Amino acid sequence: MAERERRLTPPRGGVFVPRGQVLSAEDVHRALTRIAHEIAEHTRGLADLVLVGLQTGGVPLAFKLASILEEVEGEVVPVGTLDVAFYRDDIGLRPVLPEAATEIPVDLTGKSVVLVDDVLFSGRTVRAALNALSDYGRATNVRLAVMIDRGHRELPIRPDYVGKNLPTRPDEQVDVSLDGVLLGEVVKR
Amino acid sequence: MADPAVATGDQTLIRGGVVVDETGERRADVLVAGGTVVAVAEAIDVPRGARVLDAGGCIVAPGLVDLHAHLREPGDEEAECIESGARAAALGGYTAVVAMPNTEPPVDSAALAMEILALGEAAPCRISVAGCITMGRAGERLVPMAELAAVGVRIFTDDGAGVQDPDLMRRAFEYAGDLPVTLGEHCEDSRLAAGGHMNEGVASSRLGIPGIPAGAEEVMVARDLILARMTGARLHLMHLSSAGSFELLAAAKAAGIAVTAEVTPHHLSLTDEALESYDPVFKVNPPLRSRQDVAAARAGCASGLVDALATDHAPHRSETKDLPLDQASPGMIGLETAFAVALGALVRGEPDLRGEPDLGGDSRGGSGEAGSGREHLGVASLLALMSWRPARIAGLSQDRGGDQGGPIMAGRPANLCVLDTEHTWVVDPSAMASRSRNTPYAGWTLRGRARHTILAGEPVVVDFEAQR
Amino acid sequence: MADPADPGHSCHCSGRADHVATPGQARRHLLSVSDLGRQGIEELLSISDAFVEVQQRAIPKVPALRGKTVATLFAEDSTRTRLSFETAARRLSADVLTYGISGSSASKGESLRDTLETLAAMGVDAFVIRHPSAGVPLQASRWVDASIVNAGDGAHEHPTQALLDCATLRQVLAERAGESTAEHGVAGFEGLRVTIVGDVRHSRVARSLVMALHALGARVTLVAPSSLLPVSLDSWPVTASHDLDEALPSSDVCYVLRLQAERGSSARVPSKAEYVARYGLSARRVARMGPDGLVMHPGPMVRGLEISSEVAAMDRCLVRRQVANGVTTRMAVLFWLLASGPSPSTVASHASALLAGDLDSFTPRDLEAASVERADAGGTGDEVMEPVGG
Repeated sequence: MAERERRLTPPRGGVFVPRGQVLSAEDVHRALTRIAHEIAEHTRGLADLVLVGLQTGGVPLAFKLASILEEVEGEVVPVGTLDVAFYRDDIGLRPVLPEAATEIPVDLTGKSVVLVDDVLFSGRTVRAALNALSDYGRATNVRLAVMIDRGHRELPIRPDYVGKNLPTRPDEQVDVSLDGVLLGEVVKR
Repeated sequence: MADPAVATGDQTLIRGGVVVDETGERRADVLVAGGTVVAVAEAIDVPRGARVLDAGGCIVAPGLVDLHAHLREPGDEEAECIESGARAAALGGYTAVVAMPNTEPPVDSAALAMEILALGEAAPCRISVAGCITMGRAGERLVPMAELAAVGVRIFTDDGAGVQDPDLMRRAFEYAGDLPVTLGEHCEDSRLAAGGHMNEGVASSRLGIPGIPAGAEEVMVARDLILARMTGARLHLMHLSSAGSFELLAAAKAAGIAVTAEVTPHHLSLTDEALESYDPVFKVNPPLRSRQDVAAARAGCASGLVDALATDHAPHRSETKDLPLDQASPGMIGLETAFAVALGALVRGEPDLRGEPDLGGDSRGGSGEAGSGREHLGVASLLALMSWRPARIAGLSQDRGGDQGGPIMAGRPANLCVLDTEHTWVVDPSAMASRSRNTPYAGWTLRGRARHTILAGEPVVVDFEAQR
Repeated sequence: MADPADPGHSCHCSGRADHVATPGQARRHLLSVSDLGRQGIEELLSISDAFVEVQQRAIPKVPALRGKTVATLFAEDSTRTRLSFETAARRLSADVLTYGISGSSASKGESLRDTLETLAAMGVDAFVIRHPSAGVPLQASRWVDASIVNAGDGAHEHPTQALLDCATLRQVLAERAGESTAEHGVAGFEGLRVTIVGDVRHSRVARSLVMALHALGARVTLVAPSSLLPVSLDSWPVTASHDLDEALPSSDVCYVLRLQAERGSSARVPSKAEYVARYGLSARRVARMGPDGLVMHPGPMVRGLEISSEVAAMDRCLVRRQVANGVTTRMAVLFWLLASGPSPSTVASHASALLAGDLDSFTPRDLEAASVERADAGGTGDEVMEPVGG
C-alpha cells in the first residue's frame, strides 16, 4: 500500500503495472505468523521487545506482527514508526522527503528492537534506520524483519526474518501490502 | 572640419537609396565630395575613383541629432569618453550629439566648454555641448550664460537633477531670454522623488521598491511652464515620461508658450514591469513608467506634440551598476539602439520589441496602451523627431547657422545617414562601441540600423562598421 | 524570451568532490512565497511537522545535511532571525558560516557581489541573505551557484516568516479541530478571515504573508491609514480598510505589524498617540473579535504602540508559538532546498554523464534513475520515481 502510494504520488508518480502475484493475502499472513513465532523464539521474554516499522511500507506489517504476537504470546508489544528521510545517504541524489511521522513510544535503551520493513533491496534504508534508532537510545540488540528480500544489496546488511526471498531484476518493482505481494513494473503516465 | 579644397578628389556616391528629408521622399543617388553634397539625382554614374556606398533598400536621410547624451568626459572616462561616445553615436546614425554638462567638473565655464568642443573636433560625430544652469549644478547661482553662449553653448541644463528653487529658475529664464539659448529642464521635484528607485505604482507596490511618483515630474513641468509663460523665455522639457506631463505640455503649446519637449526611446519601449527582475540595468531617471505612460508617450510622438527623441545615453561602469537596486546608478546607454527601438515602437507600433504578444505578459491595465499600436508614424515623421527638429532645438540647424538636419540637396553640408529599416541584429553589449555595457536591450533582436554614416563628407560608418 | 536579467550561467561546476551537483543543475531557491504556490507551501508545512518531532527529542539533531555548508549573510541587525537560521542549519548537521556585512552604500569597499562570490568559492551550498535593499536575494541567485534563502529584503518579502506564521496558525486550527496537523492539512485556512493591521507599505512580512494566506484560501483584509498602505493594491488579493474597529468583528485572526520607525513610517502618521488611538491593538479591541479571535505579531513587539502589553500576554496571542516554529520552519526550508533531491535536470545531467561513458562514480541506483529519465526523454521529467525498497 505504502509503496504504491509513494510511487503514485507526484513528483515521483508513475503507474504500477503488476505482472503477477507472488504472495496472496493468506501467504502474507502466514509469513507474518511464522516471523512472529521466530521472534518470540529468539527473544528471551517479550517484555523488552519493541517493534519499529519503517515508514511507510513497514508500518502496517509491524502493527500486524504486534497483534499476532499479542494473540500468540499474550504480551502487548509496543510499536514505533520511523521515517529515515533525515538519515539517508543519498540526499541530493533523488527526491527525499519525509513522508510520515516518526513516533518511538519508549526509550530504546536496554530494549530489543525489531525493525520491520516491506522490501529489502540495497540496504540503504536499513542503514539509515540504524543511525536514526541510535538517536532514541542504546538498544541492547537490533534485528531486521522484512516481507520480501529481493537481493541487489549494496551494503553488508542481511535480514534476520524474511517472508520470502524473491529474485528480481533491478528495474522491477515489488508491491507489498497485507493484501498480498505483487511483482511488476512502473511505467510513466 | 573637412576642407573642400583638399578633399575634392575624395568623392562618395550613395547609390540606390530613397532620400527622405524635410522636403519629402524621393528615389535618388547622392554624390558627396569635399564635405558637401554635390549632386542628388535618380541615377548618377560612378565618377572615376569615387567610393560607392550601397544604399539599396535603405533610407538616405540627414544625420540624426541627439539632444541628450552623457559622454562622461571629463571625470569618468572609464565609463565613456568623447571619442567612444561619438563612435557609438556614429554607429547609431548620429552626426551630432549634445553632450550633457554634468561631468566632473561640471560645464559651468566657457573654458571647460571650449575644452570639450576641442576634444570633439577629432571625434567621428559632431560634438556640441550644453552648459549648466547653476554653478557646479549646486542650484544656488547662475553660470555666466552669455560667456558660454559666446563659445557656442545653446542649451543650458542642470540635467541629472532639476533646478529646485523656483525663484532661481525664474531668474535663469529672465536672463536666458536675452540670449540665443534654451533652458533644458530635468523635471523632477527632488523632495517628492526622494528615496525612490523606480516608478511608483502597481509594480513598485508589489516589488517593495520605494517609488518615484509621476507627480514628481509633473509638478516641475507645471512650474516651469508657468515660469516660461511669465518670462517669455524658451523652455525645453527633457525626457518626459509621464502621461500627466504630456497633458500639461499640450495645454501649454495650445496657450502659445515657447516650449519644446523630448522623449527617450526607452520610455517608448519599456515599462516599470521590467524591474520585476530587480536588475539595475532597468534603473533610470526618470524611471520606466506604466503602460499607460508609455502609450501617452507614443501618442505624443505620433501627434507631433513631442518635438524630439533624445537618447539620454547614460553610460555607467559595471561597479556602479552591479549593486543592490537602490545603490545602483540610474541610467542606460542608448545611442546605438535608439533608431531601431524608436522605429519598432513608433513606426511599426510593436507592442513588445522582442516580438512577444504582450508587453510584460499580463493583462492588467486594459486597452489603449503601449500594446495597441494604433497611432503609427511614417518614417519621415520619425526622422523629423530624430534629425531636423532636434537640430533646430540644439541650434545646429542650417537655418540657425549650423550644418545639421537640413534638406539633402546640392551645396548643402554632407552630414548624412543611411538607414536600413529591415536589418535584423541581436544586441550584444560586449560588441558595442560605448565603453559601458548598461543597455537594457542586451540579447534583444532589433530590426533597423544605421548602415552608413557620413560626417562632413567622410564615411565614418560603412556597412555597420565604424571606420575610425 | 530574451531576458536580459538572466546571465545564463550554464556550466558552473564547483568541482567539490562531495558535490552531487553536476554542471547545469538548476538550484532551488526560496526568494518569494510566489515561488512556492499552494503545493510548495503545503509541502514545506508538512516537512516542518517532521522537524517538530525532531525538536522534541533529547538530541534534537539529524544528519540530513552533513557535509553541506550554509552561510548567513546579514546586512541588517537581526540577531533573532540569524540565530534561528543558524540553529536550524546546525540541527540538520550542516556547517555554518556567519558573515556580517554593512548594507549601506556609504561603506565603500568590497561589493556585495564580490563578497558573495568569495564565500561561494569557499564552497557554500546555501546562502541565507538579509538585506535592506529589495531584490538582493534574487540578484544573488544570478551571481553565485548556490541555493539562496531570502531572510528579508527591504520592503519586499520575508518568506520564512510567512511560512512559520502559517505553521503556527495551522497548529492552532488543527488543535481546535481535534486533529493532528497532518490530518488537518490546510483545511482550516479556507475562508479564514485574517486582518493585517499596521505599516503594510514598508512591511516585507505583509507581502509574503498575504501571498501565502491567499494561496491557502484565507481572506485577507489590510487595515492602515492610506499613508501606510501600498500606493497601489491593484495586484494584491486583499480588501483594504482604514477602520480597525470595524474590521475586527469579522476577523478570525488579527496580525499586528510593527510600526517601522527606521523605514520612516513614524513620519507618515501625525503622532504615535494618534496611531495608538486609531490602530493600536488593545484588549478592548481584541474583545471585538469574539472569544476565538487570535492575535499574531512577527516581533519584535513595541508594547504600548502597535500592541498593548495586556494583549501581548493573552493566551490567544500566538507570538511565542510563532518564535518556537521559527527553527522548525527554517529546518524545513533548508532541508527542502538542499536535500530534497535532484531537480529533473540533475537526473538528466546524470543521464548525459552516463551516456558520455562516465560510469565509475555512479551506483546502480544512479543507473536506474538515469535509465528511467532516459527512457522518458521528452517528458516533463517531474515524474522521476524511485526503486522499491532499499
